Amino acid sequence: MVEVNLHGRQPQTVVNLRRVEELREWSYRPTQQTVTIGSAVPYSVMETGKIAELVPALAQAARTVGSPQIRAAGTLGGNLGTCSPAGDSLPVLSALNAVIHLIGPQGTRDIPWEEFMLGVKKNALNSGEFVHSITVPVVQGWQGYAKVGTRNAMVIATASACLVRDADEGLISIALGSVGPTIIRCSQAEKWLLKTTSLRVGAQINADLAVEFGRRVSDEATPIDDHRSTAAYRRHCVAILAQRLLVRSLA
Amino acid sequence: MSAQELGHEIYTLKVNGQSHPVKDAWIGESLLYVLRERLGLPGAKGACEQGECGSCTVVMDSQAVCSCLVMAAAAVDTEILTVEGLGENGSLTDIQQAFLAAGGVQCGFCTPGFIVAVHHLLDSNPEPSDDQIRESLSGNICRCTGYGRILEAVKIVISQRGA
Repeated sequence: MVEVNLHGRQPQTVVNLRRVEELREWSYRPTQQTVTIGSAVPYSVMETGKIAELVPALAQAARTVGSPQIRAAGTLGGNLGTCSPAGDSLPVLSALNAVIHLIGPQGTRDIPWEEFMLGVKKNALNSGEFVHSITVPVVQGWQGYAKVGTRNAMVIATASACLVRDADEGLISIALGSVGPTIIRCSQAEKWLLKTTSLRVGAQINADLAVEFGRRVSDEATPIDDHRSTAAYRRHCVAILAQRLLVRSLA
Repeated sequence: MSAQELGHEIYTLKVNGQSHPVKDAWIGESLLYVLRERLGLPGAKGACEQGECGSCTVVMDSQAVCSCLVMAAAAVDTEILTVEGLGENGSLTDIQQAFLAAGGVQCGFCTPGFIVAVHHLLDSNPEPSDDQIRESLSGNICRCTGYGRILEAVKIVISQRGA
């Protein structure tokens, strides 16, 4: 609607999906340990309750979206359709290796997150296709989301990060928002951390290592100067966010 | 092609318990625009047109939303409540009276949005904490009264209803 209200966009055809029930539903599959969330489930549903229990980082990200009014209307389908690098939920989908289920005139297809977002507001959706739902794993281990902005409510991220620690596999994944044309998955920093230390249950971490992890994460960011912030500040932000999230994940 | 030439849609919105046919509307119109310009309900205010200010807040299917961000044609089959539908027979609700008593109204532009948001808050949570009040009103911006008096108004209602 913002495109219509402020940028002169004039849609000629509108397909209303509000009444398509299956897009507004979510489910938990205990045998597969996955959660599948319909593209029209609002953030207000993810903030608390069972989804928050199963995918806490997603709940945290949902809680930072806009205001209560926005969270009552905003959805993962909206974040994925728009595909802004500042989309609050997107670093979570990246860090969790989400699978996006698409549906369109040619049928359905599933694509992994890393093949979905192609650039600033560019995604793999074909004409006539839309996001049906999103599947994320239920991971045993700490996960969290952190965001920097000019105030707490109603803010578009200056920088954001999601860190997921898979305690069973001894892996950590980290993804960054608002510091590049797409969500940035810091695979080099992840690999370095894996080589340097054990991340299994009971693992501990020293402060120097967390700082070095933050520095390496920040090296993988490709931020720009724009009306919202500067590249230098964004680099600084993601280093601090990564460092904090890592420490929290092992606390 | 101009916006007017794009279509002459007819659909029905249910607002404040009444059905309102919307005729000759362009399909891309926001709920805010349709409420104000087509249905004669100017209570919800238009300011930022991008969901940041909350002055267009209405309740849709028991959720407070920014009507500027809802496509009106997509609101078919929902129950919409605007500030006009809160008081009975044009009288002020206890929340509106408390805003007056606490001095929570100055220029008044943001007030309908706040009133709707507070109604929604107290309907879903009759005894919110200060933090819960602040968070639930975090999507409504007031640039003259200040939030202290608005918070005070909400607390007056909570204590009156609890008494």
